[in-house]
Order: sequence, then structure tokens, then C-alpha cells
Amino acid sequence: MIHSSTTSRIACLGGIYNNYLALEVAIRDARKRGVDAIYCLGDMGAFGPHPDRVFPLLSDHDVICLQGNYDHSIGNELNDCQCGYTDPRDNYFAQISYDYTLQNTSVESRQFLRDLPTEICVDLGPLRLLLCHGSPRRVNEFLWASTSPNHFLEHLAAERDADVVAVTHTGIKWHRPLADNRHFVNVGVLGRPENDGNQHVWYTLLETSSVDPLRVKFVPVEYDYHRLAREMGNEGIPAEFIETVQTGWWTTCLEILPAKERKQGRW
Amino acid sequence: MTCKEEIPSVEMSHLDHLWFQISGTFCNLTCHHCFISCSPQNDTFGHLTLQNVKDRLEESVALGVKEYYFTGGEPFLHREMVPILVETLRYGPATVLTNGTIFKDEWLGTLSEAEIESSYSLEFRVSIDGFSPETNDPVRGKGTFQRALKGIVQLVEYGFLPIITAVRNWPDDQEQEVVAAFVDRLKQSGYSRPRIKILPTLYLGAETNRSHTYHPTERVTSGMLSDYDQTQLVCEHSRIVTDRGVHVCPILIESPDSLLGQSFQQATTPYQLRHGACYTCYQYGSICSNPSSAK
Repeated sequence: MIHSSTTSRIACLGGIYNNYLALEVAIRDARKRGVDAIYCLGDMGAFGPHPDRVFPLLSDHDVICLQGNYDHSIGNELNDCQCGYTDPRDNYFAQISYDYTLQNTSVESRQFLRDLPTEICVDLGPLRLLLCHGSPRRVNEFLWASTSPNHFLEHLAAERDADVVAVTHTGIKWHRPLADNRHFVNVGVLGRPENDGNQHVWYTLLETSSVDPLRVKFVPVEYDYHRLAREMGNEGIPAEFIETVQTGWWTTCLEILPAKERKQGRW
Repeated sequence: MTCKEEIPSVEMSHLDHLWFQISGTFCNLTCHHCFISCSPQNDTFGHLTLQNVKDRLEESVALGVKEYYFTGGEPFLHREMVPILVETLRYGPATVLTNGTIFKDEWLGTLSEAEIESSYSLEFRVSIDGFSPETNDPVRGKGTFQRALKGIVQLVEYGFLPIITAVRNWPDDQEQEVVAAFVDRLKQSGYSRPRIKILPTLYLGAETNRSHTYHPTERVTSGMLSDYDQTQLVCEHSRIVTDRGVHVCPILIESPDSLLGQSFQQATTPYQLRHGACYTCYQYGSICSNPSSAK
């Protein structure tokens, strides 16, 4: 199902991973900046505590959502998250987080996730914007900055006749202007910090105007990560995840990182 | 499979991974399990030139290729390997599969600078085949474990984080223990955050002399492909350039039917999964790609 509307300034959120505290701050910040709409590019669950605290915020604030791989799994009560990890340690931690999230997501929330569209097209002023989770061709494809050449991204955008493609899934934001005035943007995630030693998380503003056909602004989201860490501990979530929230360095999901992105982290 | 069963074909959805058989079948080692029997004397396939690579890189732009991989033989036996990788990093991410035994500091210095200047990752995949001299050297040759370990440390000193690839030659239930012991060994040697990729054995080439070839029943059938995610198969998204033309995948280059043509356009033809190695590829999935681009 494709939702379509015309707008000139939008907020794109990705990968909430149960971090309802960061979601609350990001929504408030985006509204303050006068956005026409807020879109969430999927993966509401994983990693953090209290999955069901995310959904009232999404609905109360009219966040338009699409389905990520995690949402598809939770919505359909599958056995795993389909995250695309290959390393046994990464899969071990992903499974703990998935089992917790599935167990703590209500029937109504699962139904909501199951029925979400997998992509959304938006007219951003004169630009045709395609929103999807991993890539336009695969929900769990990792599009890292250091393994996505321009000509490959141009191929993906042209294949879908999109001026701008926005994705998430990897957990690390980037923006690449392309030939023919096309753009590719990874909007980052709200669920956990970016493996750079900072505790804040990110969302992305996309804006078009007569002066600037496309302005991409990455917005840092400062939230009460001490509280999140405390709640994660109370819920019995592994210490490795809590460490990431507290330090800003990834401790799991490391083996999927390409060399350049891996080098930027501590572990 | 009965003789009545049709051999299934796989169409390439898109050329994501472009491979180069850069040093042909020339290698400084003669590993007993090599699936294309590379050795210092094996000239079945020859080197590609820097110009060959440049031409194919330029062609790859219009095709929207995602990643470039270089294999052999031993790629660093190629005199122009360093300029080839430097050139490739202008186009996209490059991965080189090496035995890690013949690096020169000067090469690694140049490559380190090239990667820093590039937007793209340069990955080294260093092959070993046992996590100790006792398990590795009988397969790869005397002293090769220590030489490869030295190469890994050299890479780390130049700022690289090599992916260590090993063919599984231990029982499944010992894997965790075996890998943990190796990780400890790498850490002790100075590689503080080792990356590991475990590969299945391919019963082709030299390997058939030390173990066995595929049993005729080890074939992919049409039935097996129903509800199977075909993106797991290398031929669904890859092709490899050798000095003979464009082949279907890096594993099968010695099979005459693997040569699909001279141009990428000719090589888009669907490929029949008639080989035992296709069965291994089917069983394990994504056996040739890096973990960061696993399907």
C-alpha cells in the first residue's frame, strides 16, 4: 500500500527499537520545527524496554509508519527478526531482544505492525520521494555509506523513478547527492546511538524550497538515556545493550559493519 | 535427483558483485583443498591486466554494480595489484581475497592512504584453514600459519581490520570452542577485534584428491528452489571476469559451461544449477560475499 501526499518539509524517523523516550523528544522537536508530516521508516521494536509504549506516541502524533523487517516479524509472530546478521554472537543477542519484544508487544500492536505498508511515496514539493526500510528492493538490505557506490544508488533510484530515496536499517545516517539531481539518504535511527561515542540519537529533516531543491538536515536527539538504561536493566535486557546506550559504542551487531564503519567504533 | 527431474535455472536479478580472477590460477601456495587447484605452475587461467580491469570498471558504472571483489590464485602475485585496488576504490568498495603471506610494507602503505582518501571500504579477506599450525599447515603448506598470522598483524599495523576466512574442518559442535581459541590467538598477536568468516568445504579441484567429489544426489532440484530465497545464491547477483571472458561465479570457473560470454550483456543469461558446488552454495547461502553485504 502506498500513501501519497504533497508537502515541503518532513521529518523522517527510523529504527525506534522500543526507545519511546527518544521518540517523544524527536516528535516534539519536529513539531516545533513546523514539519508538515512525520514519517517512521520502520523497526519499532528491538533493543530497548517496553515495546508497547511506542505505539500510542505514533498514533497520538499522527506519525505515518511503514513496515521494517522487525515489524514484519513481530506482526506475523515469526521466529526471528530477519535482521540479516551472519555472526553467531550477533544472532544470539538479536534473538534475546526479539523474544523479549515479541513477548511484550500486545495483540493490537502486532496487528498494527502486520498491516503497515512496506514503502511510501511522497511528493516533497516537486520531488518524488520514496520512503522504504532497507532499500527499495529488499526490506533488510544494508545500505552502508562505504559499500554503496554512487552508480549503484543511482540505479536503485532510477529503477523506481524516485528523485529522493530515504532508508534506515543500518543504524548509521548518511546523505549522498547523485547525478541528475537525485539524492539518497539514510535517515539514521532513534533506537540506539551511532557507534561514535556519543549518547544522542538522530532523526532527519527533508525540506524543499525555491532556493534549495532539497535540504537534508540531521537532527541530534538528546534524551534521558540514564532512564532508558535503568528501565532496560529492570526489564532484564542484556548488559551489552545497556552499555551501548550509556557509552555510545556498539557492543553487538558489529560483524555486519564494513571496514570503514567498523573502524570508527571502539569494538 | 532422478533423470526425469529438470535442472533448475537461476536468473541474475542484478549485477551486485563483480569479481575479477585477477591473478588467474597462479598462487605461491599449493593448498590441498583448493577448489581450482591453484599453484605456482598452474597457468590454466592467466592474469588480467590493469587495463582489463579499468575497462570493466568503466562498464560497471552503467550497470550499477555495488561491490568489486578480487581473487586468484594469490592476487598479490600480480605486479599491478596495488594500482588495481587504488583504481577500484575510485569506483566503489573493493575486497581482495589473499593468503596474506607476501605483503610488502610499501604496498600496504599505499593502500592504506588510498582507502583513507576513498569514500569506500577496502576489505582484506585472509585465508587460513585451521586455527593453529597443526591444523592449517597440513592443508596449506609448512609454515603458512605463521606467515599468514604475520600478514594479518602487518595489515592491522597499517590500520586495516582483515576478515579471516577459514574453511570449516572441525565438527559443528566444536565450532564455538575452535573459533574462540582462534580469536584469543589473534588478540594475543595484536589483532584486538578480529573479524571471522567461516566457509564450507567445496568438493572441487584439489579437494577431491584428499576427500571426495560430490555424490550425484547432491544437486539442487526445482523442488528445492520453491520458497527458497534465491538471492542467497552467488549466481543470482554476481559474475566473474577471467582472461577468457565472463563466468557465472568464482567457484565454477573451471567448468566449461561457466563461461557465459565475453560481455556482461552476454553473461546475463540464466544459469542451470547442474553442479555439486551449487548444492553447497544452496545449503549455506552467501558463501562468497562479505558479512556487510550478506543477502
